[in-house]
Amino acid sequence: MQNNRVNHEMGAGANFALCLGALSIMGLLIVLPLLVVLKEAFAGGVKLWLASVSDPDALSAIKLTLGVAAVAVPLNTVFGVASAWALSKFRFKGRSLLLSLVDLPFAVSPVIAGLIYILLFGRQGWIGTWLTEHHIRIVFAVPGILLATLFVTFPFVARELIPLMTEQGSDEEQAALSLGANGWQTFVKMTLPNIKWGLLYGVILCNARAMGEFGAVSVVSGHIRGETNTLPLHVEVLYNEYSFTASFACASILAGLAIITLILKTIVELKSGREAA
Amino acid sequence: MSTRQLRAKSVLPGFGLSLGFTVFYLSLIVLVPLAALVFRSSELGIAGFLETIRHPRVLASFKVTFLSAFIAALANVMFGVTVAWFLVRGRFPLKRAVDALVDLPFALPTAVSGIALTTLFAPNSTLGLALAKVGIKVAFTSAGITVAMIFIGLPFVIRSVQPALADLSKELEEGALSLGASKFQTLWRVVLPLLTPSILSGFTLAFSRALGEYGSVVFIAGNMPMKTEIASLLIVTKLEQFDYAGATAIAVALLLLSLLSIWTVNLLQARATRYLGN
Repeated sequence: MQNNRVNHEMGAGANFALCLGALSIMGLLIVLPLLVVLKEAFAGGVKLWLASVSDPDALSAIKLTLGVAAVAVPLNTVFGVASAWALSKFRFKGRSLLLSLVDLPFAVSPVIAGLIYILLFGRQGWIGTWLTEHHIRIVFAVPGILLATLFVTFPFVARELIPLMTEQGSDEEQAALSLGANGWQTFVKMTLPNIKWGLLYGVILCNARAMGEFGAVSVVSGHIRGETNTLPLHVEVLYNEYSFTASFACASILAGLAIITLILKTIVELKSGREAA
Repeated sequence: MSTRQLRAKSVLPGFGLSLGFTVFYLSLIVLVPLAALVFRSSELGIAGFLETIRHPRVLASFKVTFLSAFIAALANVMFGVTVAWFLVRGRFPLKRAVDALVDLPFALPTAVSGIALTTLFAPNSTLGLALAKVGIKVAFTSAGITVAMIFIGLPFVIRSVQPALADLSKELEEGALSLGASKFQTLWRVVLPLLTPSILSGFTLAFSRALGEYGSVVFIAGNMPMKTEIASLLIVTKLEQFDYAGATAIAVALLLLSLLSIWTVNLLQARATRYLGN
């Protein structure tokens, strides 16, 4: 007799072929480059790795990278929450335009993100002469690096929160207000607990990009060793000097940060109960 | 008065404050600097702009950038759909870990991916030597540019297709199969058309990211003018020569071309979605 039930489950053979295909792609494209970083970083042993990452220039690059992220991430987080509040809880003229403008930095090449600040603040720039007269340095200095980082990490928190808060609506906030809570209490006690995982998710992604940005920062940095080199730029400088082991040693710190980011991200995804976003 | 006119009725507070801060911060960080780019390029005039863009070296850089990005995005559709299929339907014990690793190209700083891929495919590496035996050179050729762009674009396709595939109702497939369609027909005529909008959006995201990509590409590209010099690198080179006008012209052209490609695919996507009747 014919079996009427249709079996849509994959057979063992098809499953094996699928696993083989997908794992080869992931292995060759994703895992292998990661392994190369670790192999090259420790090619000269642990001692050489330690010496490379504790070199004064490397340490100052690490400090700059952490410092820039420590300013850029909170600023963009505040922006993300404020813009999500305005764009998800209210309907107003120009809302959809504003929504697409928030995402705009993702469509701009990192190199162009750096270029625009040079055009504004560089010596030939609009207010370049005024800045020089007043001895204010923005590009080829730390403020330029910060601005470029702010630009490339601009949408991360906002684009996590806006869809989330739009979906949640504002019933709970309205209930809290009608029971006598003020605006701030409503936000802290009602909104914040509802969005905490989405917020954390955005912050994690924003931080990873802030610490790892290369193109935009490279254009505005001026590459002054020990002063305006972030860790990714220091990796490039060492690599171009053929100091491969030292370069990969510094790169391995960044790779470690990337792995930590992925682990945190997975934990947040599991906690927030959503399947892979 | 003005905020009251702007907003639809809502009892929630903080509209003026949050909107005001959003517009102020957006202008400060994004809009004013981008306006500087537009105004600087308008100073060039149409003639000056075209003269810069028509230079053979600039045209060659656009050609290699767009061609490599296009091939990479196509490859990403193939690879990305396979991996997404595996993540949704495959049976494998460590799927969760593989899923987490998908985002590595997002999380790994581009300079690190750049030097890692270059070392992996270098002519004297194990993989480089093996590929050389079959006559393929990757590092310091346009193939290298494509490989780096595939790396950076892979998560976009996977993350677009994965939720669409998970949402796909099994009833449709079962229906097709029970009505006598073969597995291949079901895949080709039922599943794939339903996935088309998500594949297109993944393709666009991967393509536009590849167009502007810098860090992961410059190390493996070889950066030979007229051959393996990408548009982003040419902008940097012009800046280093203090040719701000030239850098601006190339940047505006690159930005316009990438926005144009995004809009085109969005249009196609809207059509595909309408065709499916959602």
